[in-house]
Amino acid sequence: MNEMTKLTAKDFATDQEVRWCPGCGDYAVLKAVQRTMPELGVRPENVVFVSGIGCSSRFPYYMETYGFHTIHGRAPTFATGIKLANPELDVWIITGDGDALSIGGNHTMHVLRRNLDCQILLFNNEIYGLTKGQYSPTSRVGTRSPSTPFGSVDRPASPCAFALGSGARFVARGIDVHKNLPEVLKAAHAHKGASFVEIYQNCVVYNDDIFAPFTAKENAGNQLWLKAGEPMLFANRSKGIALDRESLSLKVVDVDGGDWAAAGVIVHDPRNRSIAHMLVEMPFGAFPTALGVLYEDPAPTFESAVAEQNSKASAGKAPNLQALVGKGQSWEVTKEPHVI
Amino acid sequence: MASATHLVTPEEAHSDAPLEAVVVRFAGDSGDGMQLTGGQFTLSTALAGNDLATFPDFPAEIRAPQGTTFGISAFQINFGSSAIETAGDAPDVLIAMNPAALRVNVAALKPGGLIIADVGEFGARNLAKAGYATNPLEDGSLAKWQLIPFNISQLTLDAVKPFGLGNKEALRCKNMWTLGLALWMFDRDKAPIEEWVRTKFAKAPELAEANIAALRAGHAYGETAEIGGQIPQRHLDPAPAEPGLYRTVTGAEAISIGLVAGAQLAGLPMFFGGYPITPASAILHHLSRLKEYGVTTFQAEDEIAAIGSAIGASFAGSLGVTSSSGPGIALKAEAMGLAIMTELPLVIINSQRGGPSTGLPTKTEQSDLYQAVYGRNGDAPMPVIAARSPADAFDCAIEACRIATQFMTPVMLLTDGYIANAAEPWKVPDMTDYQPFPVHFHDEAPAEGKAVNPYARDEKLARVWIKPGTPGLTHRIGGIEKNAATGHIDYAPANHQAMTDVRANKVLNVRSSIPDQEVTLGEEGGRLVVVGWGSTFGPIHQAVRRARARGLDVSHVHLRHIWPMPRNLGDLLKSYDRIIVPEMNTGQLKTVLRDQYLVDAKPVTKVSGQPFKIAEIEAAIEDALA
Repeated sequence: MNEMTKLTAKDFATDQEVRWCPGCGDYAVLKAVQRTMPELGVRPENVVFVSGIGCSSRFPYYMETYGFHTIHGRAPTFATGIKLANPELDVWIITGDGDALSIGGNHTMHVLRRNLDCQILLFNNEIYGLTKGQYSPTSRVGTRSPSTPFGSVDRPASPCAFALGSGARFVARGIDVHKNLPEVLKAAHAHKGASFVEIYQNCVVYNDDIFAPFTAKENAGNQLWLKAGEPMLFANRSKGIALDRESLSLKVVDVDGGDWAAAGVIVHDPRNRSIAHMLVEMPFGAFPTALGVLYEDPAPTFESAVAEQNSKASAGKAPNLQALVGKGQSWEVTKEPHVI
Repeated sequence: MASATHLVTPEEAHSDAPLEAVVVRFAGDSGDGMQLTGGQFTLSTALAGNDLATFPDFPAEIRAPQGTTFGISAFQINFGSSAIETAGDAPDVLIAMNPAALRVNVAALKPGGLIIADVGEFGARNLAKAGYATNPLEDGSLAKWQLIPFNISQLTLDAVKPFGLGNKEALRCKNMWTLGLALWMFDRDKAPIEEWVRTKFAKAPELAEANIAALRAGHAYGETAEIGGQIPQRHLDPAPAEPGLYRTVTGAEAISIGLVAGAQLAGLPMFFGGYPITPASAILHHLSRLKEYGVTTFQAEDEIAAIGSAIGASFAGSLGVTSSSGPGIALKAEAMGLAIMTELPLVIINSQRGGPSTGLPTKTEQSDLYQAVYGRNGDAPMPVIAARSPADAFDCAIEACRIATQFMTPVMLLTDGYIANAAEPWKVPDMTDYQPFPVHFHDEAPAEGKAVNPYARDEKLARVWIKPGTPGLTHRIGGIEKNAATGHIDYAPANHQAMTDVRANKVLNVRSSIPDQEVTLGEEGGRLVVVGWGSTFGPIHQAVRRARARGLDVSHVHLRHIWPMPRNLGDLLKSYDRIIVPEMNTGQLKTVLRDQYLVDAKPVTKVSGQPFKIAEIEAAIEDALA
């Protein structure tokens, strides 16, 4: 491909037939990613999509980039090796709620705390789709599934709370079919370090409309889209999020006549980690769902720290294999054996 | 020694056990510094030109309660003026730093052997902790050995008095006092050890001087009349060896520098993903200091992440390497299957230890052979090679890198706790003798209208290696079966059959790149062959040598290539009337040999966590020929 050619979404699509269930939210995410790629100014050959196992993990096969469909839960480990071996590559991890938070929870935690420069797209559908509908670590209490016919009894994990707790420096949320998803993806890509994006993704077969209370068009008033420097307003700017200074918790306030300042609505500062913790924990119902970039505060990346240490430790040392094998206390044996 | 560095004279090959050899065992509490003492004694032995083999034997507990039998750490060294193959069956000299050390080790001592015991530690409390009702130094129970008890603790305290150390710190110098005595016993130069002490304690000169004072006091104690000539001083002439530069090397060191050499011969940067586990961690430690050789080391969050990152690095164009011991290897198995399926180069080092489960972490065993050859889901063939000694591990590591990169496959290198920790003299190789095997990355974009096929193969059946970042060659790989011609997902029955066959045949093709199996000692054909692999080399070799010296018709065949096996191995085995296979497991290589060649291979097994003794294998040879 010519350097000058302006790439389009089609240049990032493979000729492979996409095999998700008709109506699956994955289609929308795939389209959003393919549409976003040309705007990122990246060349396909410098991009690697890495996935684990699950419905979403088929994703790399549909991207005309380099791709590695690995094993269940372990995508971050392969991504770490790829990025350390070649920091120039643009690495994307595609994972799901089971892949990232159940079998792969450990790796998700460590890739975030190390701050490997990559984008992690967690497709959260609150169910195990590929294995035919068992409840997942993000399923709500009471989820009836083939393995929980009487309803699940364990409390779900919150992906973004997990990410923040693990030390993530970029945490965002999007919705599979929402028009804002490309903007969220662009912000994730622009962030240097591990960018964690939870995407609410509808499983049309096993968990249909589980997110409809805030994703359906008529429920858009329950979406709180965050923007740096702007007040936290939702429901057509008729409501906002304010801080209850007594209890150090968030509260929903009514905004009259657009005077959000008077209502005490907070202005979104993505670097405020405390507020980010509160935003991801807001119980739905009493609160809207926080979306967009919830938290962003860049820190040095893992691969750059490794590369820096490697070059510092190598500085002034010429690799000499012969010297290496002969290192340490050695002695010479001449024709006539003798003691040194 | 195992590394073919020693000239074995005809007389020696036909002699009984080498006459000019001594086995010394240092034993004490795990905090007494016995491994350090042994290591420095080994160095002085090597500098004196003696051949040697060592056996560090330490507990799993870092600091077990003082004075207890389960906290005993021992270091055995066998050295002499002729070729030494094993750490020795039974010690001639036992240095026991407390009652527990005596109790655990005295039974192994040769009748008439020498016991040096620190009387200062034989108080009522320590005797009770070791389970002695009466003091063995006084009750006559040690009559069949030569006993020299003296108060090493007090002598050390006296020696270091001028340095004003606290009692506890002063007593820590005991091991140096003991080392000084040992150096005198075998007529060794103190200077290199003193130099080492000064370097080690560079930041605490008083400690350096105190330790040196203790060392000198121990040496002087032997030299002066204080022990009334009870301890004989012996001088062992240097062992004959090929002329050249020598150093001592442990298996972990040899593997580390062998991996570096292998990556350099392949022309690749190396990526090492590891997770701490005994006895494999030493490889991670060594490699983490070799960054100037293009080595990146990564201490991962777990064993799976260690291998996952290594496979990811291989995908990106580095030589991925991971290392562990049995339990960790078990965790890596699924990822190994992925490396087999995606046909990426990868070297996996397994420093075997006693199992199953946690088993005996600090003891040695060869019980992961099944795991290496068979231990994955699906038909998942993978080359497996095994190192026979610390020095041999260097060449094996290079061989693993060669096979991995030339055949686009994971390779497992088996070593064990004994090889990893033991030291032996090693003739420093001339690196210009090693043939480079440079990797070629596929970088030609297909012609217009043609698609990339990541599974295009060369004549060896190795697939192309395409680095991400290469324009025009974007492709996807993964654990799902792929079409042989396109690299796209394909579940078709005929395709899976074809891909399964090609994966197996590719691994079998490794045979055409390895030498035919040689007879290690003896001749092709005869009444009996002893087939070994890995660290049993020493005892098997010595046992066969002794048996042959007594006129028995027995040969030794030692395998490096466990899978695939050399092409001539079947015919070679069938040229003998009988086959025995000594292994530190319950008969794993034996099973593979029976399966591959329908031969009546008989097992000789030992799973006590201790290496075979020469005498045990000699007895097995006699039984087999009876």
